[in-house]
Amino acid sequence: MGMTLAEKILSEHAGKKVRAGKIAVVNTDLAYAQDGTGPLAARKIEEMGFEKVFNPQKTIFFLDHASPSPKFELSNDHTFLRQISEKTGCRISDVGYGISHQVVAEEEVKPGDVVIGADSHTCTGGALSAFATGVGSTDAAVAMALGKIWLRIPETIRVVVKGKLPDGVYGKDIILHLIGKIGAAGATYKALEFAGDTIEHLEMAGRMTIANMAVEAGAKVGLFPSDEITRNWLDRMGRPGDFRKMASDSDALYEKVIEIDAETLQPTIACPHQVDNTTTIDRIGDVKVDQVYLGTSCNGRLEDLRIAASILKGKKIHPKTRVIVTPGSRLVYLEALKDGTMETLIQAGALAMPPGCGACVGLHEGVLGDGEVCLATQPRNFKGRMGSPNSFIYLGSPAVAAATAIEGRITDPRKYL
Amino acid sequence: MRGKVWKFGDAISTDHVIPGRYMYLRSNLPELAKHIFEYEKPNFSGMVSPGDFIVAGHNFGQGSSREHAAIVIKMNGIQAVFAKSFARIFYRNCFNNGLPAVICDTEKFSEGEEIELFLDQGKIVNHSRNETISFISIPPVMRQILNDGGLVEHVKKYGDIKLDL
Repeated sequence: MGMTLAEKILSEHAGKKVRAGKIAVVNTDLAYAQDGTGPLAARKIEEMGFEKVFNPQKTIFFLDHASPSPKFELSNDHTFLRQISEKTGCRISDVGYGISHQVVAEEEVKPGDVVIGADSHTCTGGALSAFATGVGSTDAAVAMALGKIWLRIPETIRVVVKGKLPDGVYGKDIILHLIGKIGAAGATYKALEFAGDTIEHLEMAGRMTIANMAVEAGAKVGLFPSDEITRNWLDRMGRPGDFRKMASDSDALYEKVIEIDAETLQPTIACPHQVDNTTTIDRIGDVKVDQVYLGTSCNGRLEDLRIAASILKGKKIHPKTRVIVTPGSRLVYLEALKDGTMETLIQAGALAMPPGCGACVGLHEGVLGDGEVCLATQPRNFKGRMGSPNSFIYLGSPAVAAATAIEGRITDPRKYL
Repeated sequence: MRGKVWKFGDAISTDHVIPGRYMYLRSNLPELAKHIFEYEKPNFSGMVSPGDFIVAGHNFGQGSSREHAAIVIKMNGIQAVFAKSFARIFYRNCFNNGLPAVICDTEKFSEGEEIELFLDQGKIVNHSRNETISFISIPPVMRQILNDGGLVEHVKKYGDIKLDL
């Protein structure tokens, strides 16, 4: 009997063959936390009595949520993490450098890795064929200190997406459609493994959006096989040597297979206050929008910003709608500055924030007030997530974000293509 | 120890337990703990008594990995969390902090009822209804972490992850 991608990667790291349902202690290749979860992880490392971390070069604290800090208490947390980094030898990714998941995809994650992050969206690394999964601060602290973690080997749900994606439909629409179909707990404790010709042709940006939101269906990981697109990404990031072919066996055992016909997909929106509360754009009705939020770990890549810019080029945003752009990393920001993408967005009336998690976590840089409505490209829309518990968050693709910015209400982007 | 039921619905996220906007209080846990369930049950922190129980529906703890959600529940004296199902990261976080998370049919409890947990026997007695509800026992690995007093204590004890797999 063959193995799923999850079984293969975890078997390699457990030093023995492990199957779905078993529990194993596995070695980790990379462990990280951010400024919301990092201080607690650092304290746990100290509490356990470790003075050094297992592999300092592969242990990173990201200052990306409060970046730069809007409150002195968070500035103190940053100071603490910088001190911990000096003391234990681990790395710090300071304010403005980028969102953890984006930066590790650019610089660290390799096909076949086990990646542990104290942030639920760590699963973004699955796009690069790594078993990347989010945990709490204590599990991350143990992974940092010991270079290992215990995991239950997940059963795998194979998601086969077939056909050519229609114009105006992107990776975001695929994953929103899937979550709407299986529900926010539809893949709890499971691995999602993506396959099919649509996936084979999907660029890394789209794969990362899908992998990022695997957790919104409850999944432990959202895995993609590695291929030429993975190789091209690693080449572009200056890491050609990191490529490795990873795929599940043709006779692997799946818990179930879900098929999606890409050709029937439409721009899809998640409505307040649950990610699985989805609808297609033709059924959204008249939803006026106060704020459009473009960026985050889900859709903050150059490709995402370019899609929005292509729609906003030569146009002006609606006078009653503000548009906030937050690139995923400094690299993305620089690339978007160089190729004119950022200029196009700013000309249209958008405002740019430094790379980071910004408004998605309700902390700063676009916090919603009572009754306000936001169309965001972020992965999550829980009540009160972006500020007031009486605000409303809709989720959609960068194309929907751009079309919505023009009309001031949630708009089908296909008329602007 | 007997405790009172505090009832919650489905899809309670860690954002509901403790909103992200209080991130600045995460290094001041006693202060953070006061904001527990602020939107769902205002003044929950003032009403809850040590030994009480949180009883919820499906997918409790979905969303953000913030372990502070499990921590503020424990700091408010909650003895255990019962739900029809739990989100994965939150489930681990509970046990890592020595807080039992039990999967059971939570329809059998109403707000304010007095109940008692017998973890080893896999049963909950609802004294208000004179009923006993059994549940599928906690996975052995989680039980071991719980018995050691959480994952930090486990690693302190063994200097390693030493679970009976």
